[in-house]
Amino acid sequence: MTTGSPTPGVTRSAHEIARAVRNGDESALSVLQEHLEAIGSIDGEVHAFITLLDDQARSDAAEVDRRVAAGEDPGPLAGVPVALKDNLCTSGVPTTCASHILGSWRPPYDATVVERVRAAGAVIVGKTNMDEFAMGSSTETSAFGPTCNPLDLSRVPGGSSGGSAAAVAAGMVPLALGSDTGGSVRQPAAYCGVVGVKPTYGAVSRYGLVAFASSLDQVGPIARSVADAALLLDVIGGHDALDSTSLDRPPSRYAESLCLLDAGGHAPGEELVAGLHVGIVEELVAGADPLVARSVRAAAESLASYGATVDDVSIPELAYGLPAYYLIAPAEASSNLARYDGVRYGSRVDGPDVEAMNRATRAAGFGDEVKRRIMLGTYALSAGYYDAYYGKAQRVRTLIIDAFSAAYQRFDVLLGATAPTTAFPMGAKVDDPLSMYLSDVCTVPSSLAGHPAISVPFGRAEDGLPAGVQVLAPALGESVMLKVAAAVEAAGASIAPEPK
Amino acid sequence: MTGDGAGDQVSGGESQVSGAGDQVSGGESYGDFEPVIGLEVHCELRTRTKLFCGCPNSFGDAPNTNVCPVCLGLPGSLPVLNAKAVELAMRIGTALHCDIRPSSFHRKNYFYPDMPKDYQVSQYDEPINVGGWLELPDGSRVGIVRAHIEEDTGKTTHAGGTGRIHGSSYSLVDYNRAGVPLVEIVSEPDIRSAAQARLYAAELRAILVATGASDGRMEEGSMRVDANVSVRRRGASELGTRCEVKNLNSLRSLTRAIDYEVRRQVGIIEKGGAVAQETRHFDEAQGATVAMRSKEEAFDYRYFPEPDLVPLAPDAAWQSEVAASLGPMPAERRSRVSELIGARGGTAGDGATSASQIATVVELGLDGLVEAAVTSGVDPGLALARAANEAAAGGDAARGLDPAGFTALLKLEAARKLSATQAKAVLAEMLLHGGDPATIARAKGFEVMDEGELATVVRQVVDESPGEWHRYLEGEEKLAQFFVGKVMKATRGRADGKAVIAALDRLRS
Repeated sequence: MTTGSPTPGVTRSAHEIARAVRNGDESALSVLQEHLEAIGSIDGEVHAFITLLDDQARSDAAEVDRRVAAGEDPGPLAGVPVALKDNLCTSGVPTTCASHILGSWRPPYDATVVERVRAAGAVIVGKTNMDEFAMGSSTETSAFGPTCNPLDLSRVPGGSSGGSAAAVAAGMVPLALGSDTGGSVRQPAAYCGVVGVKPTYGAVSRYGLVAFASSLDQVGPIARSVADAALLLDVIGGHDALDSTSLDRPPSRYAESLCLLDAGGHAPGEELVAGLHVGIVEELVAGADPLVARSVRAAAESLASYGATVDDVSIPELAYGLPAYYLIAPAEASSNLARYDGVRYGSRVDGPDVEAMNRATRAAGFGDEVKRRIMLGTYALSAGYYDAYYGKAQRVRTLIIDAFSAAYQRFDVLLGATAPTTAFPMGAKVDDPLSMYLSDVCTVPSSLAGHPAISVPFGRAEDGLPAGVQVLAPALGESVMLKVAAAVEAAGASIAPEPK
Repeated sequence: MTGDGAGDQVSGGESQVSGAGDQVSGGESYGDFEPVIGLEVHCELRTRTKLFCGCPNSFGDAPNTNVCPVCLGLPGSLPVLNAKAVELAMRIGTALHCDIRPSSFHRKNYFYPDMPKDYQVSQYDEPINVGGWLELPDGSRVGIVRAHIEEDTGKTTHAGGTGRIHGSSYSLVDYNRAGVPLVEIVSEPDIRSAAQARLYAAELRAILVATGASDGRMEEGSMRVDANVSVRRRGASELGTRCEVKNLNSLRSLTRAIDYEVRRQVGIIEKGGAVAQETRHFDEAQGATVAMRSKEEAFDYRYFPEPDLVPLAPDAAWQSEVAASLGPMPAERRSRVSELIGARGGTAGDGATSASQIATVVELGLDGLVEAAVTSGVDPGLALARAANEAAAGGDAARGLDPAGFTALLKLEAARKLSATQAKAVLAEMLLHGGDPATIARAKGFEVMDEGELATVVRQVVDESPGEWHRYLEGEEKLAQFFVGKVMKATRGRADGKAVIAALDRLRS
């Protein structure tokens, strides 16, 4: 390996930090300082952050400390440093979507999830790198340069939430938020060896998440453990009147139920999954690199050993997920990204008339991958092509939902790989969009169905890189999904070989 | 919700629903040709807030003051549908006899600087109101295809050049209007003349005002009309090629533009040419329609379902609540007023004047005043005239008039305790500040002159103008008004015009 061993970061969990800060054992400021130092020593190499918010973070941490001292409830994430993907609006703070087209735009408002994270006492330390407008699977399409995988700096961290996954994996923050449209939280989590959750569509507000593909986008947590991911999910979830697609449900309490099981002192695996029916989806394993497929099989065996019933299941319709996704997502994106026209905000390149100005602004402001998808999507929606492309893709989506429903008649959760491979080398797929798109093949089915899914690391593949196991559940099946994920995590911890 | 009585006046001059006064085309004869016209009417809904956000829906405020992340289309913002807008759309649909259906929203994609998102959210293949009809005062019926909900755009001012976007040196955009709720009402191509189009638009406006959905102010753009116009040989059943004519900002523009467009198309066909399908703009100054863009240049709007909104399906309870809350529509109210007047056996003017006045009071929502007055025995002609002329001139205040006070005033006038001039002055005061008519009359020092006093004044006036008096005696009848004016001036309006003429007659005989 040419890149040397990365500096170790902070390894304490969000649970531990919040407990210490809430109890007054440790100040939020000292927690922040420790993490800022880790960022200072690590991020030069990794480049997980686009914007660091040291000053704002210090005043937020001081406020948490004040509340603790005053005997006020500082919130469940008291003093926990959190990183935000840079497509989440932050009031007064640049929100770039890793694109030149937004220029120095500063949103006048916070995304709902940002408000909730802050209200829970978390300290936002910065905005993380991503593929431009979340379009990509490697964080290489960022206008600000790529992020490196902290486990092997010569490899990509995955994408599009690569900055968030890398920041968590490197110990620069215990928690981060990403967004998942076709796998953008789960796939980088798998590549970086951390946990990433794509919640049920509508479980988490999209208000203030800069839209890529509105019918697919969901904000999701990235953490180093399932319990920490659940803690963040509990904070960001629940109904939001500002998002019409938000489900009318009270906030969840997943973390509490996972930790209660721990505290009870039972063998966690058995307590979590005994009696559950788990299906290994052939289509989410067969195409995967044998290194990855082996991890999925091993995880399934562990679940069986905990008392779950494990069976193989074939869902042939999932094969159509990728082509359907690559019509629907670009189609919606072509409309969502129309507003970057140089008229109201962001960068502008002048021209002799408004159309020329629009054209010049968009030509200069968007990168190649964004342009490619806008063109794809525009074509898919064009008169005469709509039925053949967008319309048909929507019918495929219905087929996939129906196929999943049938499978969930038999199984509580489904298991598969998160991505077909482990983290690939930088530059390997940049010039080959199709092979890049194939990185999403295992994650898009849940996205199209609006179902929750989680990626959990399960040991290391033979190349020394982490393999992600994906647990899929039906709509609003987060509770059982998290329990199975926690069992996989526990099993993985006990069998994982040390990284080389 | 929709503001407390703010802005109800349908602009003067445009408020006459009757056909009188728009004989644009003297019978609109187009020879062997028959026009086929369908109208698309955009109606701004009188909600307190915009369609998808909480910004005020208000006309005339300083530019870009009623805006927020949602109606500016800032990255990350999302729409939330305004329930009041849905209710008003259902009121319109119910009034137009439409089916109210489960509906959804689409995005209509095209680049234009006054559209913050570069797409417009509109109902497309699943509109909320489908099918229906509108009966015109002349008894004809125009079918309604649909009446759907959509958002308005901002307003662009192009500086320099022609006032259009091309060739302008810069443009200013005001997004206050962006996201204001609209209902677009699309008629069947059932209209066969410019006059009928005008009747339709006027009647539709009266209905929109009566439902509470709109203030009907065309001059403020709260009701905008596009016309789809084609012509065909009389007796033909197939439709000709149509042109869409935009920018019809008044009923007058509507009639002029349609008449021009029909003649233009007839001219082309008569010369052996073919009408090209295109969008045309009505140039008010030239009185002509000019081509904007042809079918080939038409946008591909790439409609697709708006993923940020969920389907809309008003339940039966909500629908019947809306239906129950609708008051009588203008047609019913007009016939109620005219029946009432017929029953009281009175009409001061001729039938056409009376019909026009009835239409006006109904359109302005003043029929309640007339009904109250006539029911208490006031002469119907007097009640109609005072409501349609003097009260209507009071604008928004007219709707706030107390029917009892209005009735009391007309009774004073009918009993000749106030002259017509004095009664009008009292009514003006009531419109401005309210109050009891007798009290106002007393405060103004109004009292009716007795016959003797009046005879003295008339004698004086006649003596002062011997020349005119002589001509009057010779039979120059119009000079009666000259003397009435003199007497009014001398008595500062205390005299009653009719009494003056009677006094003149007595002197002459």
